[in-house]
Amino acid sequence: MFNYRFQWKQAYAKLPEMLDGAITTMQVAILSMVIGILLAILLTLFRRSGNRILGGFATTWVEIARNTPALFQIYMAHFGLAGLGLHLSPYQSLLLGITFNNAGYLAENFRGALKAIPDTQPRAGRSLGMSDLQAFRFIVLPQMIRISFPTITNQMVWAVLMTSLGVTVGMNSDLYGVTQDLNALTFRTFELFAMAAVIFYVIVKIIQAGAWLISRRLFRY
Amino acid sequence: MFDTALTLNDFIFLAKGAGMTIFVTVISVALGTVLGIVFGVIRYQLGPVWSAPLMFVLDIFRSIPLLIQLVLAYAFLGTVLRLGLSGLSVACMVLTLYTSAYCAEIVRGGIEAVPLTLRRAARSLGMSWGQDMRHIVMPLATRVALPSWIGLALGVMKDSALVYVVQVTELLKSTQILITRLQEPLLLLTICGAFYFLISFPVARFGGYLERRWSND
Repeated sequence: MFNYRFQWKQAYAKLPEMLDGAITTMQVAILSMVIGILLAILLTLFRRSGNRILGGFATTWVEIARNTPALFQIYMAHFGLAGLGLHLSPYQSLLLGITFNNAGYLAENFRGALKAIPDTQPRAGRSLGMSDLQAFRFIVLPQMIRISFPTITNQMVWAVLMTSLGVTVGMNSDLYGVTQDLNALTFRTFELFAMAAVIFYVIVKIIQAGAWLISRRLFRY
Repeated sequence: MFDTALTLNDFIFLAKGAGMTIFVTVISVALGTVLGIVFGVIRYQLGPVWSAPLMFVLDIFRSIPLLIQLVLAYAFLGTVLRLGLSGLSVACMVLTLYTSAYCAEIVRGGIEAVPLTLRRAARSLGMSWGQDMRHIVMPLATRVALPSWIGLALGVMKDSALVYVVQVTELLKSTQILITRLQEPLLLLTICGAFYFLISFPVARFGGYLERRWSND
């Protein structure tokens, strides 16, 4: 059918190495999500604080993260910071870039979620003697996470897909980087990247299924 | 402190890259939207069961990194089928399908937001399916879908930074070429980021404005 001989066996033999890469990919994605969620909560607090400097800082962060390519942010973390004299390893710059991106997007999603929580609730908490922070922690935050859970899942999927950008700053231990290195050795571009695509697809499906299970357990009304 | 080796020629080089970014974006968003509308309507008309194969294929475009999609398409069309397509056309093709995959969901959401009773009323007034779609569904669905479509178009513009992998020199790639030569990463990246930001930010704001304005009434 095709004037081309597929060499699936050669690609299949490299599966263990690629799965190792997939673990690194997951590691970066999960780390960036955990730090990203914490930073996004912090940014949300900054925006709610009413302090102009903190609010401006948070807004700037969110707008830059949302309005420039993720690849640009990773470049900035790697080459931009190097220009300032701060040399990060590819792993660190990838993590920093994705975390920056995640935090920005999540903060914006949290802001949307906050609109669904009536202002009267934290006020009621305040009148019960809670501090501002307590009212946020015990009344607003749980609902905020619950409402934005689907978007958090989406962002997690994005984080996994974004790890493939690490190769542009010289990362070679994640799934895409490993595949690229193997490709340089064997020139089985199509077969290798098809396998990488399947692995990515499976990872994404596992995340979505996991999120569905978690949401069913956590958010029963 | 503000000495720079950046010459006018380099600036023109960057502008060419920016032009390429916009070119790829406009082509893929335009074609992708048309395809996405077709897919979205098919998805709505066939229902979840019969459109499952189509949705499965479109879901693949959303579950695999764009970088891999580009490499795979380039390798498949180039070395397996030996079509000898240029990187630019491969990039446009992949981004078109990528756009259509997201656009189909947006279109479906828009159509579903139109109350069924309204459409039944249209049909009982003697409108054909096409007339109903054209005069009832389209104006209402557009209101729901346009803000997310703007977000999608901007997303594609940002994602078009990845087409460097099929030898298309767009803005970010030309920036990187200049960084390698001039060794002034901070300045060049700032220019590059400012370009993306200046396009994306006002349009995103406009989308937010539309969303707020149209959701109130």
